[in-house]
Amino acid sequence: MTDILWLIFEFFKAGLFAVGGGLATLPYLTRMSQAHPTWFTTEMLANMVAISESTPGPLGINMATYVGYTVAGIPGGVVATLALVTPAVIIIMLIYRVLQQYKTNPLVVSGFGALRPAVTGLIAAAGYSVFRMAVLTGDPGSLFTLISWKALALCAALFALTQIKKTKNLHPVLFIAVGAVVGLLVEL
Amino acid sequence: MKELFQLYSAFFRIGLFTFGGGYAMLPMLQREVVNKYHWATDEELLDCYAIGQCTPGIIAVNVATYVGYSQQGVAGGIIATLGVVSPSLIIITLVAMVLSPFMSNLYVARAFAGIRVAVCALIAGSVVKLAKKSVTDVTGIILCVAAFVLVAVLGASPIWVTIGAALCGLILGRVRGVK
Repeated sequence: MTDILWLIFEFFKAGLFAVGGGLATLPYLTRMSQAHPTWFTTEMLANMVAISESTPGPLGINMATYVGYTVAGIPGGVVATLALVTPAVIIIMLIYRVLQQYKTNPLVVSGFGALRPAVTGLIAAAGYSVFRMAVLTGDPGSLFTLISWKALALCAALFALTQIKKTKNLHPVLFIAVGAVVGLLVEL
Repeated sequence: MKELFQLYSAFFRIGLFTFGGGYAMLPMLQREVVNKYHWATDEELLDCYAIGQCTPGIIAVNVATYVGYSQQGVAGGIIATLGVVSPSLIIITLVAMVLSPFMSNLYVARAFAGIRVAVCALIAGSVVKLAKKSVTDVTGIILCVAAFVLVAVLGASPIWVTIGAALCGLILGRVRGVK
């Protein structure tokens, strides 16, 4: 029971202070394993990250469920996940109401006018970090060994499909499935 | 009631088909939220990401709350958020139960190498679609390229880039307003 209460406290805290993407919760989890040595070790945490990244669902949520389940079974997983998302749900609702009030304010309009292209750039940067992981081999010997050419070809082909009128509305899951099948058949 | 159910099931699908972080869910968000249900426009999605970038919490949850709340108030925000976390709860609990020795399996690893490539292509597709709407003038091109370089090349924190871009917008708004 005390574990459940601690889970609520720790994950509420992580949800309140981790700003940014799912990996932003990682430092909080590392600290958690130090503060509660009986919960899980750092090695276990590394496995949890790997599994969370390769299963469906947002990374931070997967991590919370995994840690919570490890500590206190199914109730632990549910409680940790709900505690993690609660601060964001409250804060976003408050922000939404303020924004609706000032939506037509010219300063707010020009602020968002500049934010949109910048966020597009941020998303491109996130895409690039996936690209580095998926397509580049990290072997800087030469251009031929640096790039996994098979992966690059697959990436280019799938990207082309997102641009062609006939195929661009295909379900994203189809792209994921094609990736999985090609990965199985050809070692990328 | 019907729309609450639609919110839950749409965000359940978004959570189910997202591999990785909040950015990887963009293609699914565009499909469900913009194209299918018209709950938000592409521009509003970008605003959501901007807000999600500099507020606490996971971006997927921020977007779900934002869209749900805009459609159905507090109940909508909560239901959409529950929808996006439900698949994780179910799948991770199952994986943790059987303790996932199969995750280190060679074939699983190869399949996921392919999935990562597909996710990369999907994100690129979404970026192109968003850029067509958000990058409309020279200022936009500069902001977009600067944000990319700052984060991808120089390793800057997205939070500061987001705040910086908002400040740029406010200053530009002031300057243009004075004229």
